[in-house]
Formats: sequence, structure tokens, C-alpha cells
Amino acid sequence: MISELFTTTVLIGILASGIRLATPYLYAAIGETFSQKSGVLNLGVEGQMLLGCFAAFYVALTTENLWLGLLAAMIVGALMGLAMAFVTVNLHAQQGISGIGFYLFGLGMSDLLFQKLLGTVETVKGFPEIYIPGLSDIPGIGEIFFRQNILVYGAFLLVPLAWFILNKTTLGLKIRAVGENPDAADSLGVSVARVRYFTIILGGTLSGLAGASLSIALLNVFQQNMTSGLGFIAVALVYFGAWKPGGVLAGALLFSIVNSLQLWIQVLGIPVPSDIAVMMPYVLTILVLVATVSRVRAPSALTKPFERED
Amino acid sequence: MKKFALLFTLVLALVLSACAPKATPTPVATEPFRVAVVMPSAINDMAFSQSMYDALMRIQEEMGGPDNFEIVYSENMFVVDDAAAAIRDYATQGYDLVIAHGSQYGSSLQEIAPDFPETSFAWGTTAETFGQPNIFAYEAASQEGGYVNGVLAATLSKSATIGVVGPIEVGDAKLYVDGFKAGVASVNPEIVVNVNYIGSFSDVALASEAASTHLSAGADVLTGTAQMVVGAIGKAEEANALWFGTQSNQSSLAPKIVVASQVYHWEVALREMLSLIKSGTLGGKSFKANLANGGEVIEYNEGYALPAEAKTLADNTIKGIVDGTITITLP
Repeated sequence: MISELFTTTVLIGILASGIRLATPYLYAAIGETFSQKSGVLNLGVEGQMLLGCFAAFYVALTTENLWLGLLAAMIVGALMGLAMAFVTVNLHAQQGISGIGFYLFGLGMSDLLFQKLLGTVETVKGFPEIYIPGLSDIPGIGEIFFRQNILVYGAFLLVPLAWFILNKTTLGLKIRAVGENPDAADSLGVSVARVRYFTIILGGTLSGLAGASLSIALLNVFQQNMTSGLGFIAVALVYFGAWKPGGVLAGALLFSIVNSLQLWIQVLGIPVPSDIAVMMPYVLTILVLVATVSRVRAPSALTKPFERED
Repeated sequence: MKKFALLFTLVLALVLSACAPKATPTPVATEPFRVAVVMPSAINDMAFSQSMYDALMRIQEEMGGPDNFEIVYSENMFVVDDAAAAIRDYATQGYDLVIAHGSQYGSSLQEIAPDFPETSFAWGTTAETFGQPNIFAYEAASQEGGYVNGVLAATLSKSATIGVVGPIEVGDAKLYVDGFKAGVASVNPEIVVNVNYIGSFSDVALASEAASTHLSAGADVLTGTAQMVVGAIGKAEEANALWFGTQSNQSSLAPKIVVASQVYHWEVALREMLSLIKSGTLGGKSFKANLANGGEVIEYNEGYALPAEAKTLADNTIKGIVDGTITITLP
């Protein structure tokens, strides 16, 4: 039975569903990377995702326009980010606690809006799969990578883009400086507040997109609490990926592929108790983290509010 | 400034968390019968919690509306501690019957019930009343509807592969899945039934990928239990595979591919509880919803053109289970 795992159908199935499962993590975790790089821990990702899920779904359902749904999710995420930025940057609130506050707000608010505006679980026709001409016909590879919906492609393109912005642009330099040594950055004329506002709002926008990728591209339904902890795993992936977009990608793929592997293990009837199988992605992620994490260091100013010394 | 900000966020967190669970009180006219229910998911989850909410609404209608039968509920009580607090609150407020709709609430109820000997409690799904004179227990013989669904699934599957998406391998879900497998095997033991327990009642994304896995493995008929299956139904619809529902009627989610749903009608058990409570018995009895007593009903989707012979087979299976000529052997 173990040998059945290595047939082409199964391998393609595992990788293709791993790619889909990784999509929401990528949006949310890349967004979180930006905000943590600038020194702000945003634990409200899950709440931003839930509101993004709902906004995208509701707008897509009522206007029958998926792009408007996508836009709505981004705006809602950005507004949540704006509020988070105000609380942490201007009011110097403790970041962990305010993040949890925003999570609870997103959880409760998305539920309330769902009850009032929809009232029952409905479905919507989401973004279709796009077959990339030529590439989608490559045996195996095509089916895994090039027959996905547009938000899946977007998530994977976001990774090199984020790497480029963080490492090759002045903006990226400012973000890193603010996260490592805000006093020095400030004395050189970089506005710490403005940079952090930017990264937190960007993070919120991407979390909103992560939500939209679930509700109008991958699953095409809305249900209360449908993110079910995805947002918190995304925050963990930022640590796992050592605050590097490439590392985040590796973590998201590892976690998602092992998750789809365990689904296949059960389907093929390989005698592993289901409770053990569902633990696999978590256990493996922890093992890799333990093996690799000693060398990396978090941004020095992470979770520290910035106060200018006069 | 710092202290203010911390205080502000704390207050914000508190206020917001208090917003999540909702209860709808109904105005009191003449002494109505008052019922409170605490549920782990939403009243419109198309699954477990909705089955209880719908049943209570039907009872309310029979009793002549909210003036005679008052219902309040707390939904999304997935944190057992919160649920326990809600159960105690309702008991303190003097509700006649407090329903703890979730097997995870058992140990809380065991502690709370003795403190309120005048209040009747109901707990499901289970057969355990803890020997308490004021706890009723209720459960569903979900293997029966699972068996009927299985018989139909086996009849309709062309690829001879069927996929099942389950939450956690316990209780009601396990009973349903085991019954379903037995039903399939009774028609054709050669048919492969692949089962995936995803380890969660809420992870819609993983449930959806579990369905994709089944479809890649060649399944053309799927079923699944618990509220996270809404993601799986979507995948089945995209692939034009058939779906069998359980707990609530799931036809509206995919009107073209849902064949039938096993629906729980808890009102059968509730009616008996109510008449017992009115005659002074507050608990100590357990109820089982099944096909024979109407606590479980197979509801067909009118939008799906079920072949007449398959329908007859399903009806005969139901009859067989009811009169005892079919016995379901569980592993």
C-alpha cells in the first residue's frame, strides 16, 4: 500500500492540493512578514482574514462581480490594518493583546454580518481555473502548477515580489531599518510611524486577500469561523521562514504538502490511525523548526513601540 | 499614555469577545414553557446545530408560538468553558429545560445539574445521564441513515469508488461513516469506500482538499458529516460527483448533485421530554432518534432525478431497518 503513494496520480494529487492549501498561508504570511520586518507583531491576521472572507463573498454574491469582491476584501483588510496601526503606533498599545482584540473583532463581526446579511450558508461561483497555454500541457508539472485559479498564481508571484521589495528597494531598506533600529532610522529622517502604518496596512490588505482566496476562489462558500486557525498558522510560518519570503514559501509548502499527503495516506488505506495522520504536518513543522531555527534572529524592535527620545 | 493604550485594547478585546455569542430573548406573556439551548456551532450551519434549532422551531410552532414556548440560544460555543458558563446562567434564570447540544459539554453538565434540582437538562449526543434525576440524554442512530445513504450510493456509483469526508473519528460521525460503509457493502462488497478524517469540525479548506483527494482517487459519489463539509460539497459539484448529506438537509448547497440527506428530527425526543417534564419527571431517561420513531428521516432532493428502482431500493431498505429484517453490523 505504501508503494501506491508513489504512483503519478497520487504524487500529482498531493502536490496540486498542497499548492492550493498553501495559497491563503502565502498571502497572510507574506503580509505578516512585512509588518514584523518593521517591528510590529500583528496577531489579528485571523480576524482580518475572516472579514476578508466575508466581504469578498458577500460582494461577489450580490454584485456577481468577483473582482469587486476581491477589492472589497482588500479594502476591509486595509481598514483593519489602519485601525491596528493607529492602536499600536499612535497609542503604543501592547501588540500581542491588541492583535488578539482585532482577531476577536473579526471573528465576531464576520459572524454578525453573516447572520444579518445572509442568514444561511450559500455558494457562489468563484474564480475559475486558468489553464496557462502550453505550460498546462506539460505532463505532471502542468497539472500541479499551471491549472490553478488566478489567486493561486498571485500568491506564488507575491513571494519574489516581496523579496525584491524587502531587499532591493529603498522602501525595503527603510522597513528593515525601522524594525532593527528605529532610533537610528528616525535620526536619519525616516518616519518610523509612516513606515509602520504602511506595512501594517499592507499586511491587512494581504490578509484580506488571503480570506478572499478561500471564499471566492478555492472554496466558494462562507461559513462562520471558516479560517479555523489558518491566520495563526500564517503568523507561525513567518517565524518558521526566518522573516524571509523564501523561507515563508518553504514553510507554507512543507505544511500544506504534508497535509495533503496525510489525506492520501488515509484514502489509500495505509494503516495509520487518522488521529496520528492529522498530526503529521504540525509535528513535522516543529521538527524542522527545532532543527533550523537556532541561527536566525527576529527583528530587534519586534513588538517594541517606538517612542522618540527628545 | 502607555497605560491608557493597554487599558483601551483590553476593554476593546473584552467588549468584542462579548459580542460573539448572541441570545434572542422573546417577550413573556402568560407563563410560557422556557427552553434554552447551548450549541457548539451556528444555528444555520447546515449540520449539527441547525438540526436542533430547526427541531425547536417546529415544536414552537406546534405549541402555538413564542407566547407558549420560549426559546433562547447561545451558538458558536466551541469553547467548553464558555458553554458551561452559559448553561449555568440559563439554569440560574429559571429556564424549564436547558439543552447542552454537544457531547463535549458532558462533564460540565455533570457538575452543574446537581446544583439545580428543579431544572431539567438535556444532553446530546449520548446515552449517558450520569444517573442524575434531572438529566435527559439523546442521541441519533446515525448508522441507520448512513446505511440507507450507503445503499443508494453503491447503486449510483459507476466508478465503484466512493469517498467519505469525516471530522474526527468519534461519536456521531463514526457511527454515520460505519453505517454508510455497511450499506455500501450490502449492495456490492467490491466497491471501495475511502474514508478521510480531517481532524477538525471547522476546517472548510482541508475538507475541500479531502474531497479533491477522493475525486483524484476516482470517486464519483461522496458523502461527509459535520459542518465543515460545505467545502467538500462545492468540490463535488465542480466535478459533477454525487453527494449524500447527513444531520440537516443539504440540498440547497448543490441542488444538482445532492441525492438525499439523513435529517435529524430531534422534536420526536423533545416532545417526550416535554411531556415527562410536565408530569414532573425531570430526567433520568435517554432517547434515541432512529428511522422507526421518525427521529431520523431520509429527505430526497427533488432537484435530483433519482431512478425509480433506486428509490424503491432505498424505501425497502428503510422498511427493512424499521421492521428489523435488516440489522446493521458495526465494526
